[in-house]
Amino acid sequence: MIEGLSALYILMLAGFVGYEVISRVPVILHTPLMSGSNFVHGIVVVGAMVALGQAETFGEQLIGFIAVVLGAGNAVGGYVVTERMLEMFKSSDKRQGKESNDKAKALKEAAKGGKV
Amino acid sequence: MSALIETSYFATAVLFILGLKRMSHPTTARSGVIWAGIGMGLATLVTFLHPEIRGQYGLMLLAILIGGGVAWWSAKRVAMTDMPQMIAIYNGMGGGAAGGIAAVELMRVAGDPSLIESHGHLALWLGVLGALIGSVAFSGSVVAWAKLDGRMKKAVRFANQQQITLAVLVAAVLLGIWVAAATPGIFVLLIFFLLALAFGVMVALPIGGADMPVVISLFNALTGLAVAMEGFVLDNAAMIIAGTVVGAAGSLLTLLMAKAMNRSLINILFKQFGPVSEEATEIEGSIKDVGTMDAAVQMAYADRVIIVPGYGLAVAQAQHKLWEMVELLQERGIEVSFAIHPVAGRMPGHMNVLLAEAGVPYDMIFDLEEINNDFETADVALVIGANDVVNPVAKTDPDSPLYGMPVLNVDEAKNVLVVKRGQGTGFSGVENHLFYRDNARMVYGDGQKVITEMIASIKTL
Repeated sequence: MIEGLSALYILMLAGFVGYEVISRVPVILHTPLMSGSNFVHGIVVVGAMVALGQAETFGEQLIGFIAVVLGAGNAVGGYVVTERMLEMFKSSDKRQGKESNDKAKALKEAAKGGKV
Repeated sequence: MSALIETSYFATAVLFILGLKRMSHPTTARSGVIWAGIGMGLATLVTFLHPEIRGQYGLMLLAILIGGGVAWWSAKRVAMTDMPQMIAIYNGMGGGAAGGIAAVELMRVAGDPSLIESHGHLALWLGVLGALIGSVAFSGSVVAWAKLDGRMKKAVRFANQQQITLAVLVAAVLLGIWVAAATPGIFVLLIFFLLALAFGVMVALPIGGADMPVVISLFNALTGLAVAMEGFVLDNAAMIIAGTVVGAAGSLLTLLMAKAMNRSLINILFKQFGPVSEEATEIEGSIKDVGTMDAAVQMAYADRVIIVPGYGLAVAQAQHKLWEMVELLQERGIEVSFAIHPVAGRMPGHMNVLLAEAGVPYDMIFDLEEINNDFETADVALVIGANDVVNPVAKTDPDSPLYGMPVLNVDEAKNVLVVKRGQGTGFSGVENHLFYRDNARMVYGDGQKVITEMIASIKTL
């Protein structure tokens, strides 16, 4: 059980964490980060499960069911979209750099072979 | 609550924060989302063992499969240009889930008022607040999604709109207070939720194209807050921490976006760009256009080219062709870089995502502050599908609605090439003085077609 005041402490500290984490993010990551934070609040699915588990009347169960569907959609959709975006961020070292390095290596080796 | 669940929620909170932290650098970003994903999976699994759950395990599993399945399927299929509306709709789902939790809990309280004593009055008030915020985020995000997806007219305005919106909000808040103070039963509860949903729609209706990302970011922050509020109600630390972190991060992100557009949040939400005043200053010079061949020659014999992409590039789906051209230029030993304005695209960083998709390495892409002084050393600045973000009046004309917005100093480059579909102003409706400068040349045509022709021309040189 979280007592009233310690809940406020959690709230305050978590607020600062959120602020600090974002304030150092380069602009190029703003969209993935918005998407990432969108994924993180998908944790709501956990609460929706508890609410559905406590529901007694048909009305409560129906709304609880919808809440779990929506929460799961938030979590899964947020994850996939974020992952797809971040997958594309690659530096030139990794992409072309590697290729041209490989080419350079091949050339060097060819040159060596020529000498020997 | 059992120690296993408490420990798992604690681990989830740590994983979320570390994950977001890792997402703040391009090289670790991908592992960041995976960490957060592991946390989410862990929390979801242990919740099946939650002692307060008394049944409905089958329904729970079914709901997760339906919601997760549909979201998985749609998220895998969506094109990168459509990313903003997908973020909007998934965010709306989260808000709806938070509202749903509140509805279930408030219905239980309405049926059995003795529950208030075990939950506490604070939890009741926070629950109602979360219900209001979550519902607004839900309906607002759905409208935002419909607009960005082209399913709805861009901006809907009618007489006394602001007054009606305000009245709906006041009524929703008053009913919310009634619900929290006196638990008046299901009917009042229903009206409360309907009013909250209506307010979300009313907020999103008048917002037009370029302001939409700011509003989506705001709804994202609101959903976070609603989740934190419902975390209090359910005594769930993982929800409180994750929700608050997102609430704070989202609020900051919203303000950063608004600042990049040189507008306050209040201004975006409640005032629209008014009718643009008559051009106060005569524009000097004239608009001169040039063919793709000449444009290609200019670039092929330059030492340094800076490319300024805008949303028009994404609409024309020309980013892949553009990268092909850049590679050709690089083979000729030309230094090429990309300059991205903070609000280029439909969201901050959206343009980076689109360029990344085409294969442009992120270390060729520069922010406004990083590159703005380099334009004077550039031989050619190539502007594709961008307009307001390169308009020099933002620096020179205090009467312009754009005045004060940071812009890219494209006009300082030796030559400026502007690829544009036709004459016409940008989103703001302000005439672009850049096009009249002596060093500026227009290349009219569809972005993809123009670049394809340029590639062909460069190859012949």
